[in-house]
Amino acid sequence: MSERSQLSAALSTSAVVNPPVELSGVSRHFGRFAALRSISGQFQAARLYVVLGENGAGKSTLLRVLAGLVPASRGRVSWFGGEDLSLVRQRISYMAHASLLYDELNAMENLRYFAGLYGIQDDGICQDAMRSVGLDAALDRPAGQYSQGMRQRLSLARAILHRPDVLLLDEPFSNVDVQSAGSMARLLGQMRDQGCTVLVVTHQPALLTGVADEFVRMAEGRIVARTTDLRDPAETEAAR
Amino acid sequence: MSTAAQLSRVPISRTPRMLAVLRATLLKDLRLEWRSKDAINSMLFFSLLVVVVFSFSFDPTAEESRRIAGGLIWVSFLFAAVVALNQTWARELRNQVLDAYRVSPAPANALFLAKAIGNFVFVGVLEAIMTPLFMVFYNLRPLGPAWELVVVAALATWALVVNGTFFAAISIRTRSREVMLPLLLFPISIPALYAMVAATTAILAGDASPNYWLKLLGVYDVVFTIACLLLFETVLNAE
Repeated sequence: MSERSQLSAALSTSAVVNPPVELSGVSRHFGRFAALRSISGQFQAARLYVVLGENGAGKSTLLRVLAGLVPASRGRVSWFGGEDLSLVRQRISYMAHASLLYDELNAMENLRYFAGLYGIQDDGICQDAMRSVGLDAALDRPAGQYSQGMRQRLSLARAILHRPDVLLLDEPFSNVDVQSAGSMARLLGQMRDQGCTVLVVTHQPALLTGVADEFVRMAEGRIVARTTDLRDPAETEAAR
Repeated sequence: MSTAAQLSRVPISRTPRMLAVLRATLLKDLRLEWRSKDAINSMLFFSLLVVVVFSFSFDPTAEESRRIAGGLIWVSFLFAAVVALNQTWARELRNQVLDAYRVSPAPANALFLAKAIGNFVFVGVLEAIMTPLFMVFYNLRPLGPAWELVVVAALATWALVVNGTFFAAISIRTRSREVMLPLLLFPISIPALYAMVAATTAILAGDASPNYWLKLLGVYDVVFTIACLLLFETVLNAE
């Protein structure tokens, strides 16, 4: 049995009891607008999920609910079998549309600060995270002067530096060149192989076809399909 | 782009310690301010304007100056502090950096205390620069023990920044945050403002002991620091 198969088997055994993320009838309203409507489902360990849908489908809100940034209006979210997110914050990470970085600080200063929030004081870990996304750890320009693609990669480095078990990524490939996006996709695949649950909201799902385990389609605040194939089941049906 | 070998799945994060996060956040804020000088420049410019405008507006005698300078100084510092207090959280909302803190296991109160101490430093620097100018422009010479002014300044500045940091965190998500902060902060600062002005006047005029007002400021600081610490996590995570 290969190393990955062994890891997946071990993780799935424990995940049957406690999936890293589980939603049960989760709704989220902003005033009268329902961004999420009674979503239920599990997201298992060592799986990479690609969340797809039109603008306004509720993808980003779903990630923010899972990250604990927005409380659910109704329903229940559990992380690793418990509903108290404060107990498992160290195991979760989130990368948003915005960079979540200080423009005035350089890459290492940014990472060093965020590492400190997770009790990490080792510069080597920050340097490893930078190298893993293809950035030079000696880069000393302020982050505000980076290209959008570099900021996205630094933002990913920030999100992965504490080795989360659940990684929530909102449009990680926007404004990233094709080659770098491909490398980022491979890195996410490797994190999945090492046991991390990865949820990626993207409008560029083709970048993840080689590494994604499941495509989660959303529309009007609901999960409408979960498939292992990127092709839309409705389109496939219509083509027949 | 290199990859897996550099990112082992060995869990490396630990529960962050309050003091370590406080220190890291404070140093980060001081570094950001050192590079941008957003808050200090605005505060200095504003305070300088107040000193110059008031000195041209009336020409008090030395005795009158001792009676009114306490009020002038602290009102000037209060208005100037609002500038710094608004900056404190504005830089956390740029690029939504505050979300990265909220997602992390770092304690909310470490963030609050770091921000309050940072503002204390900024306003303290302002006071250190502006107080000699006030002395010169208003021909002031304290008749009471001048060292007590340092105690008044420390207690009064903490009174301003602890509530200011808290209410700035509340007002930062509102549409008219520049107006909202003074509206929330000034009424609740009235007892502290009264005490700091009375203590400063007592020291400058040398005709009364400032002890009562210092005790009042001390109690105000303790009560509001505890209240802010108890409520800050709710404010931080409020939608």
